[in-house]
Amino acid sequence: MSNPSTLAAVRFGCGLPFPPNAPETPESILTVLAGPDLMAQAWPIAGHARYVEIIGEMRDLRLSGLDRKSPEMIAAREVFIEQTQAAARDAAVATFARAIDAPDGFRERLVNFWGDHFSVLATRKLETMFPFAMIEDAVRPHLNGLFSDMLVAVSLHPAMLVYLDQSSSIGPNSRLGKKQSKGLNENLAREVIELHSLGVGAAYSQTDVTELARLLAGITIGPTGEMIFDERKAEPGPKTLLGKTYTAGGLDDVRAALRDLALHPGTAKHVARKLAVHFVSDTPDEALVAAVGDAYHSSGGDLMATYAAMLYHPAAWVNATTKVRQPFDFIVACCRAIGMTGADIQALNYKIFKVVILDTMAVMGQPFKRPAGPNGFPEEAEEWITPQGLARRITWAMRAPTRLVNPLPDPVTLAQSCLADRASEGLLWAAARAEDISQGVGLVLASAEFNRR
Amino acid sequence: MDRRHFLRGLGVLGCSVAAHPLLTTVTMAGADGARSLGDQRLIVIILRGGMDGLDIVQPQGDPDFATLRPTLLASQAHDLDGYFRLHPAMGDLMPLWQAGQLGFVHATSSPYRDKRSHFEGQDMLEAGTGMDVPLLQVKDGWLNRFLQSQQGLTSETAYSIGQVAMPLLEGAAEVRNWSPETTLLLSPQARLLFEKVYHDDPLFQAAAMEAMELADAGDIGMMAQTPLKVAGVQLADIEMLVDYAAGKLRQDARIAAFSMSGWDTHRNQADGLPRSLTRLQYAILRLQSGLGAEVWGKTMVLAMTEFGRTARENGTAGTDHGTGGVMVMAGGALRGGKVYGPWPGLSEANLYDRRDVMPTSDVRAWAAHAMQALYGIDRATLQGSVFPGLQMGTDPKFVL
Repeated sequence: MSNPSTLAAVRFGCGLPFPPNAPETPESILTVLAGPDLMAQAWPIAGHARYVEIIGEMRDLRLSGLDRKSPEMIAAREVFIEQTQAAARDAAVATFARAIDAPDGFRERLVNFWGDHFSVLATRKLETMFPFAMIEDAVRPHLNGLFSDMLVAVSLHPAMLVYLDQSSSIGPNSRLGKKQSKGLNENLAREVIELHSLGVGAAYSQTDVTELARLLAGITIGPTGEMIFDERKAEPGPKTLLGKTYTAGGLDDVRAALRDLALHPGTAKHVARKLAVHFVSDTPDEALVAAVGDAYHSSGGDLMATYAAMLYHPAAWVNATTKVRQPFDFIVACCRAIGMTGADIQALNYKIFKVVILDTMAVMGQPFKRPAGPNGFPEEAEEWITPQGLARRITWAMRAPTRLVNPLPDPVTLAQSCLADRASEGLLWAAARAEDISQGVGLVLASAEFNRR
Repeated sequence: MDRRHFLRGLGVLGCSVAAHPLLTTVTMAGADGARSLGDQRLIVIILRGGMDGLDIVQPQGDPDFATLRPTLLASQAHDLDGYFRLHPAMGDLMPLWQAGQLGFVHATSSPYRDKRSHFEGQDMLEAGTGMDVPLLQVKDGWLNRFLQSQQGLTSETAYSIGQVAMPLLEGAAEVRNWSPETTLLLSPQARLLFEKVYHDDPLFQAAAMEAMELADAGDIGMMAQTPLKVAGVQLADIEMLVDYAAGKLRQDARIAAFSMSGWDTHRNQADGLPRSLTRLQYAILRLQSGLGAEVWGKTMVLAMTEFGRTARENGTAGTDHGTGGVMVMAGGALRGGKVYGPWPGLSEANLYDRRDVMPTSDVRAWAAHAMQALYGIDRATLQGSVFPGLQMGTDPKFVL
């Protein structure tokens, strides 16, 4: 048997040992989550405003008369690229530091959950910081608020607009569309319905996708790098999405349509199942899913009420841990277990951080902030614990800790501190018989009980 | 130090763990009396992202084609049969075409319709089921169900290769999963301790045992010989994957599956698609050379995608998710040099939903006919358990 505080740490948090002041019960977890975002303050990450600043400097240079292909401009562009890449590097380090330090582990897990739900990735060098900025601007502020606010903020965030090609979609009957005979790109519209709100199992059609694309036409990224609504690209006329007709036009219609999508019963079901699958089980208890869905629906998509329904449900606290920590959570939990703090992560030479942590995540199957598609990373334990996936974890668990901390912890003590009552007899037996300390640490960190949650 | 020699020390190691399940599995994998599937090889490549068949095999003879694709028409395309042309980025495959070892099925698709979701589309393509079966109910892939229908095969028969999961090969029949660049160096003592640690968790135990076994077989840490990129296109990963597949197929493996992504060309298709085609072309040519003439002569490669793309270009010089697409076929077992499948035409009335290429065949039927010809499985099994509900129709006789 596992005691509930251990489960709170592994299932709903970032692992043991608990940082000081960590909440251990559903009630205290929710109270802390309703409070201020302390980790965001402790480890700041630049939002999109930083990109706008960088782009602004670039624009000023161009407006001052510099030719795009002049050597000065090319050199300046390199500097701007380096600035956005630096922002992304800092953000990557801070993302780990937050999760490792967070007393409020549930918040960091939720950031990850919603970040994956709204997966974006950067494809151009100048946009390297986009995925981090989107989480900072559009996900974190709404974690404990309304899902509709998060959906609107994410759908209109430049990172999403670029990733899902919205910035180049043009209403075919718009002024620009008619002049250039250009048309819609329905990528964002499709994923908003299929992945972000209703879910692919819900009742909608290609027509709904096209209608949402018509609604979204006009949304693009302006010359300052910010989201704008460009009337010249907007599709005129009413649009009918899921039986409701929108006639106001412009951003108001877009916001209204997104809010209606957020409140759709299909979205309640989709979000409830995803939460239960992510936190509790790949095959969650149907009563749990229903309770979470009901809470979402009856509260109008209030996320605190939704999480509460999950955290207060007995099925969320079953003893068996059948899920597997995804590589990010695995590495965070390892760092915590071997006694690292956020400051230790930040003190690492970035090259070491990249090789030991980011590159390893990629070969474990989870390239950091680079999912293969907008549907994010898979949940199923079997997707992660493949022969090669486990081989990577074993190899990392035996080799990486020596590069991260000195001295290494005693393996048996480590097993007790990072697994508490979940450490099996077999593991304690094996940890005591390792040939050397790094092998012992590897056994603990690669063990099934440490990788399960 | 020779690592493999080092690992073989296992057998004589005195230790408190008496039984050695790892060695048992190694033995079982090559068990006596295990049947092989015959000599033919089948390689299935899943092209993830929705490949634009119209741009790969261009119907230049269709009067509506040029209107639908005003900017995407590539001028350097290679003539195939007077009606269809091949995308220029696949020009190095023309000798295979001329030798009858390259072919295509046009206007084909899985039974998936209307929602045009990558994820559902790929799930259905790999599940091998139709629109009548809820995807969540399908727990295995069609290639695995084919293996299930053959009694007594060894686990060396089929390999699922690469870091991307292949639901196509998942299921009750044992298959190997490995990604050739993985390393696992464990001392004998560490191996024994890990066995103990994983003893009570079947998922971890099975994965660890297979990893150690595959690591022993020398399948680890392979390095590509090609530079990482050739003309800006990354090929090293494909090379490792294909070389690993070819190595296994030259030995006991008869079936291999892997996936290639990079087909979701919503914008600037003229920039993105040639890269992916260069990688696919490289994979096919590297398979040919890696397998050697004799094995290549018994090989069928089927490269299929979850759906084709819109017949019309979109507003961003790309194409959106569609329906009918192209399957690429290659190998010495193919009666190639031909574009198979009835051509539906591209006039507005002939398009599916007035936007996509109308599918004129079920991609599963081609796979079924290939398996029937290669391995002599009966039609009832193919239409019953491998592809439930499929009507295979007349044998198009595209296997030699």
